[in-house]
Amino acid sequence: MTDAAAPLARTGAPLAWARSLPLTGKLGLALVLLWLAVAALGPALAPHAVGAFVSPEVFARPGAAHWLGTDYLGRDVLSRLLSGARYTVGLALAAALLASGTGTALALLAAVGGRWLDEGLSRLMDTLISIPSKIFALVLVAAFGSSLPLLLLVAAVTYVPGAYRIARSMAVGLYQMDYVQVARARGEGRLYVARAEILPNMVGPLLADFGLRFVFIVLLLSGLSFLGLGVQPPDADLGSLVRENISGLPEGASAILAPALAIASLTVGANLLIDAVSGKGRR
Amino acid sequence: MPAPGTAVPGIGYHVEVSGLRITAPRPDSGEAVIVHDVSFAIPRGGVLALIGESGSGKTTIALSLMGHARPGLRIAGGTVRVGGTDVLSLDAAGLSALRGARVAYIAQSAAAAFNPSRAIMDQVVEAAVLHGLMSRAEAEAKAVALFRSLALPDPESIGRRYPHQLSGGQLQRLMAAMALVTGPELVILDEPTTALDVTTQVEVLHAFKRAVREQGATAVYVSHDLAVVAQMADRILVLNQGRVREQGPASQVLKAPADDYTRTLVDAARPAARPAAPAAADRAALLEVRGLTAGYGRVGADGMPAVPILRDVSLSLRRGGTLGVIGESGSGKSTLARVIAGLVRPSGGQVLFDGAPLPPGLEGRAKDQFRRIQLVFQNADTALNPAHTVAGVLGRPLGFYHGLDRAARERRVRELLDLTRLPAAVAGRRCGELSGGQKQRVNLARALAAGPDLLLCDEVTSALDTVVGAAILELMAELRRELGLAYLFISHDISTVRATCDEVLVLYGGTVVEAGGRDAFRRAPFHPYTDLLVGSVPELEPGWLERRRAGAPVPSLPGPPGAGLCRFLPRCPVRLAGTCDRVPPPRRRLSAGNETLCHHDEDTLMRLQATRAEAAC
Ligand SMILES: Nc1ncnc2c1ncn2[C@@H]1O[C@H](COP(=O)(O)OP(=O)(O)OP(=O)(O)O)[C@@H](O)[C@H]1O
Ligand code: SF4
Ligand SMILES: [Mg+2]
Repeated sequence: MTDAAAPLARTGAPLAWARSLPLTGKLGLALVLLWLAVAALGPALAPHAVGAFVSPEVFARPGAAHWLGTDYLGRDVLSRLLSGARYTVGLALAAALLASGTGTALALLAAVGGRWLDEGLSRLMDTLISIPSKIFALVLVAAFGSSLPLLLLVAAVTYVPGAYRIARSMAVGLYQMDYVQVARARGEGRLYVARAEILPNMVGPLLADFGLRFVFIVLLLSGLSFLGLGVQPPDADLGSLVRENISGLPEGASAILAPALAIASLTVGANLLIDAVSGKGRR
Repeated sequence: MPAPGTAVPGIGYHVEVSGLRITAPRPDSGEAVIVHDVSFAIPRGGVLALIGESGSGKTTIALSLMGHARPGLRIAGGTVRVGGTDVLSLDAAGLSALRGARVAYIAQSAAAAFNPSRAIMDQVVEAAVLHGLMSRAEAEAKAVALFRSLALPDPESIGRRYPHQLSGGQLQRLMAAMALVTGPELVILDEPTTALDVTTQVEVLHAFKRAVREQGATAVYVSHDLAVVAQMADRILVLNQGRVREQGPASQVLKAPADDYTRTLVDAARPAARPAAPAAADRAALLEVRGLTAGYGRVGADGMPAVPILRDVSLSLRRGGTLGVIGESGSGKSTLARVIAGLVRPSGGQVLFDGAPLPPGLEGRAKDQFRRIQLVFQNADTALNPAHTVAGVLGRPLGFYHGLDRAARERRVRELLDLTRLPAAVAGRRCGELSGGQKQRVNLARALAAGPDLLLCDEVTSALDTVVGAAILELMAELRRELGLAYLFISHDISTVRATCDEVLVLYGGTVVEAGGRDAFRRAPFHPYTDLLVGSVPELEPGWLERRRAGAPVPSLPGPPGAGLCRFLPRCPVRLAGTCDRVPPPRRRLSAGNETLCHHDEDTLMRLQATRAEAAC
């Protein structure tokens, strides 16, 4: 897997790299890039303000005036989708970065820090991983009320142990390599060993793992929002869009289909990309 | 009687290869030729050796005898006939029948060929039964007979064991049994002993030779080791970059090589003794190890680690000197280097460097102590970080120890590359993109970048071809003269050690069984284990194997020896019942200046080893 990520970092030719992906990988990459662009530019592209009531008709079908129809209050679905994606993608990205970053840092610490630190950290992570994530999130949200920082924290904490486990098993394996032993025998500090000798050889698999965590977090956040515990009105992420338009389900309103499809295409796209990248490395 | 391999051309050969051409199609048009127009023939019952460096196409040619081309290769032309069958024109079913019954292949690593979860016997007879050549009972009877002729212990019951319960040498012989059980007419042996210790290698070679001869099979023996080939083959074919350089009867190729390349190979196989270092004026020891005990795992209440490896090891190495450490796999050679480097904490004893005690672990060592002791690992593939460039690898110690700035580092990196005979262009390459020999040079250059006084060299040439390895040894000798380095030179190959080192230390089961100047290791008397080692190194002379086996092997005792007793006791051919199994052996100094750990005194050892030498002649 290292090899798969290497060309990206090494030659600085992302185009050639993208071209080398299999078809499903290209599709995944396109979907992921599309959603990243939407998250970055969405509100600027939106034809209407997020909260504006623009039509007297609720659950309008898609048409020239409202490309994706209107929602249960007569708001423009496309505009709400474009700004909702920012919450979902942004929050999930931030939480995944936090989870993978923390997990990796702790894993490196465990690998170079000696037996006691390793034992301590690993037991702590085992404890965390045994708490069911949804229940944990529900309890925290119930106790403190929902807010963006809290959601970020919940999502990150939920996925740190998984990231830690994967990164630790890699780091501990790499720590036994001769080149690491040579560096230690040279008198190098632990931080140098972790940063310069171990970390560069973990990047490929870590990227794949990061993608996976991102998908999990999108689903977790959407689930929370669907239960009404996620992003709070008047803001809305993709999950809350599905929830608030649930009454349109019997008539198959585009107001509920569009955000549901958005979540699906984002997660499926990310999954396809990860599979392509890690599959390529395996071959 | 003429040797079977010297049959006159024109008479029906058993295996005939002519104009064989194997290519590797490249995606961007054109193709690389891996094997150029190779032809040879072997009479029935003959043994042909294919010899050459790695990458010379030995295995590729050997596999083509079974009609097989490795993925990415294509047999582009020529014919291969085995017993009248045109192998290259066979269809898949024909090939499968050929490989199952008539041609057998014995690969380098037996461990990889066995399924760890099935009993040995099931795997040995599988092919014979599957191809319907014989019934299960017949196959098993044949297998037991083969186990016996391969000199395996307990031939009746060894088939019930599992792979992990057997040693590497035993597995290698069992793989031969697996290959021979179908009674193949052609046996291909691809470096079958390269992964084994010398003492094991002799047994295995002997067993192979006998089994192949008893079967009346024709054999192709692939190896890079000329001395081994000299024992096994009637004819030798020398390959270089996919071309035949020379072929002829074994004794002619070895004694009077006609080709320059063959001469290089023969020379590399006989390491020339390098002059001993000039007896330096200051004889003060640079490195001194006293009563070292070390191992792995938790240290128990008695101060011994859970897996004790080194026991009471002492040595001394003077400035600019070279000390060779030999012993078989698992004897603790690498552990010794690790303890000195600080990677493994000793549980007892002391390491003195330049007169001052070294802190036992990495903690507490001064930067300068780190700088002066550098470690060079055996396997350059794993010793260099694949994520770093050569310039990065070499630049780090320069910055770390000497605080050189960027420009000075770059200059010094160029000097180091030059010193280790590497082109300056490799500086920008990643370590994974170098050849084996180049990697080992970078590995050395990194150690030199520190400006050390002592290099701990752990099997630096073991993973390399003879020719490339000889070049590395040459380079190390030069560096030593120029820079006054001292080497702790770890190897399992006594002839390399004798040729490169001033002093030699023999480890067996973590104890020093013999130590002394290198001249003491040329002539008997030796410690009984050293004797076994010395006697196991194949000589570049046909017939050596038969002569050396004149003495019958001693049955080995089961189980490890009791505490304090001689570690070699279970395998010792000259053990004294009642003494060796009761009393710990004493250290004795012999007249050649070497010290042994054995109950036998000098005269007895001399007598024992002299009679053996006579019996051999
Ligand atoms: N980290 C470890 N934990 C436990 N046992 C170990 C460890 N490293 C090595 N050993 C064991 O210590 C013994 C000696 O190992 P060592 O590597 O020193 O042998 P060696 O003489 O260098 O062998 P080789 O020629 O195969 O390199 C072996 O039995 C090995 O299995
Ligand atoms: S002490 Fe006894 S067992 Fe050990 S090497 Fe000497 S003779 Fe053999
Ligand atoms: Mg070793």
